[in-house]
Amino acid sequence: MYTQALDVHGREPVPAAAAEVAAAAARFQARIDADEKIEPKDWMPDAYRQTLIRQISQHAHSEIVGMLPEGNWITRAPSLRRKAVLIAKVQDEGGHGMYLYSAAETLGISRAQMFEQLLSGAAKYSSIFNYPTLTWADVGAIGWLVDGAAIMNQIPICRCSYGPYARAMVRICKEESFHQRQGFEIMLTLARGSAAQHAMAQDALNRWWWPSIMMFGPSDADSKHTAQSMRWKIKRFSNDELRQKFIDITVPQARFLELSIPDPALRWDEATQHFSSGPIDWNEFHAVLKGSGPCNRERLEARRSAHQAGAWVRAAATAHAAKQAARALASQEARQA
Amino acid sequence: MSDPLPDPSAADWPLFEVFIRSRSGLEHKHVGSLHAADARMAIEHARDVYTRRQEGVSIWVVRSADIVASDPGEAEALFEPARDKVYRHPTFYAIPDEVKNL
Amino acid sequence: MSAPAAAPARGDRALGEALFPYVLRLADTSLVLGQRLGEWIGHAPALEEDLGLANLALDLIGQARLLLTYAGEIEGRGRDEDALAYLRDAPEFRNLALAEQPNGDFAHTIVRQWLIDGWQLEVYEGLTGSADMRLAAIAAKALKETRYHYRFSSGWLLRLGDGTAESQARAQQALDSLWRFTEELFAPDEIDERMAEAGIAPRLGAAAGRWERRIGQELRTATLTLPERRPHPWYGKCGVHTEHLGHLLGEMQHLQRTYPGVSW
Repeated sequence: MYTQALDVHGREPVPAAAAEVAAAAARFQARIDADEKIEPKDWMPDAYRQTLIRQISQHAHSEIVGMLPEGNWITRAPSLRRKAVLIAKVQDEGGHGMYLYSAAETLGISRAQMFEQLLSGAAKYSSIFNYPTLTWADVGAIGWLVDGAAIMNQIPICRCSYGPYARAMVRICKEESFHQRQGFEIMLTLARGSAAQHAMAQDALNRWWWPSIMMFGPSDADSKHTAQSMRWKIKRFSNDELRQKFIDITVPQARFLELSIPDPALRWDEATQHFSSGPIDWNEFHAVLKGSGPCNRERLEARRSAHQAGAWVRAAATAHAAKQAARALASQEARQA
Repeated sequence: MSDPLPDPSAADWPLFEVFIRSRSGLEHKHVGSLHAADARMAIEHARDVYTRRQEGVSIWVVRSADIVASDPGEAEALFEPARDKVYRHPTFYAIPDEVKNL
Repeated sequence: MSAPAAAPARGDRALGEALFPYVLRLADTSLVLGQRLGEWIGHAPALEEDLGLANLALDLIGQARLLLTYAGEIEGRGRDEDALAYLRDAPEFRNLALAEQPNGDFAHTIVRQWLIDGWQLEVYEGLTGSADMRLAAIAAKALKETRYHYRFSSGWLLRLGDGTAESQARAQQALDSLWRFTEELFAPDEIDERMAEAGIAPRLGAAAGRWERRIGQELRTATLTLPERRPHPWYGKCGVHTEHLGHLLGEMQHLQRTYPGVSW
């Protein structure tokens, strides 16, 4: 979101000796500790840059892969109002992917490189989008649960130490506020509709509950990035804290819908004042993340074929721009002659 | 017909910075960036990406490569000399409370 | 004598009977084209184009909703926008056959869009002066949207035509394939004539010349050539559709048809 041109690396004096690197890193950490924002041209440890590139690009990939499962229902939305809302929502996901790619570009990676990482399968994206949308209720469940979990994850990033990422997240969170509400509205309509509609809603909750819970990532004990990311203020709450918060606010919403959460162990714990829940199947999480989810192949192939099918279009626009520029130059020269 | 670039599809379209005037009377403000093949497309993309919720009444786009920016290494030399010129601010001057319209 | 009193009443009724299908023509063209554009979202040639095509689709579906609602009121049988969109079968649709043609490659989508945008520009512009105040108001809103659509589609037509050898060939191929669906755009039938006589709709014959001049000039700049023939005229606006519409509706109407009578 903030320009590559402003992102001139290497003009800063490169600290040569280990002692100088350590001193620069200490100054950097002091800025973070003082809640200063880091901007593209500022000196930053390479690991900070790489962590951000990884996290922001994964986030961007998740947005654009995330267009696919919901996009699957645009042509079949059951009313014109729902159709318009769904188009606007999927469009927003594309916009959010764009803001995030732009934020990552300020760190010295191009969008083409990031696309290459996604399409080659090297980059990760949120595992939730590898699940299929089988019924219309899935569109409601995604808005309610997946966007709900995403918002919970994203709000703290609005205060992240890297300026362009934080600014992108502010814009994204502002725009996302309607996504969760429209999803809940769909669920409410179905839950209060015919028996078939209610069953459709329950089935969607059954299928999306655990994947949504897993969206917060591995539990703190197994999360390899959490500690350093918290020190750098890229991350501000742990995975388990956010997950608990999500469960606590979502369970009452499910009860309002008169839908049951597919977790027999779920109960209110008076002592902790939180809901306690059953064990998460981390094998499933890791399998989906590694590419063995129900739709990993479909999602990547859809992105690949869109990218490949669009190559001649992008090339045409580039070629036309070059011709126009050449013609403008020629006519300018003709005038001067 | 020969294409002007060897493999234009491999590279991104150029990056543009987008500035939006949110309503008349206000200045254009930087809101983000996007990729576009030409200036006309950049305006259209800026409209489609950054004014979906009535955020603007006017758009500027400029190629990111054309922006000249100050260097953070020079930040002290550029900006700190202004710090002690407090006499540039009205609060520097002590005027008795009973004097009005100053 | 009762004849003089009855004649205007019969005239009004006849006019209403023509107004309903006329409004459906506008509504269905926007709806079907918006539905087609919706298929692109998530699959466009560039991320920025996903957003652009989604904006076109949203405008068109918005127009369809206003127009279908109005059509339902004219008809007076209690059908709302969704009843008209989801519970009519293909022969009852009155969209231009061009609108229902599949997306094809990006060149097909752009050529189809550009041809219909040009038609909507003329029609909506004429309708802003309509004797029917409701249509005039809808057209005034839609005209602003269409001006942007035209800017978008004509910009891309130029880029594709005057781009690479491949894009030029694809754009020409799209034009060759889609041109045959354009006859009905400006060929007035009885309904169009009735609407024009009543001051409700613009005269299509007068608009045809402007449209032809405009597209001719833009095609020249884009180094594209207009096909000479339109072998078989399709009249979607009279309910004569290509095979594609049935599939489009089958997909669009699936939920409403499977679970009748519930709300969504």
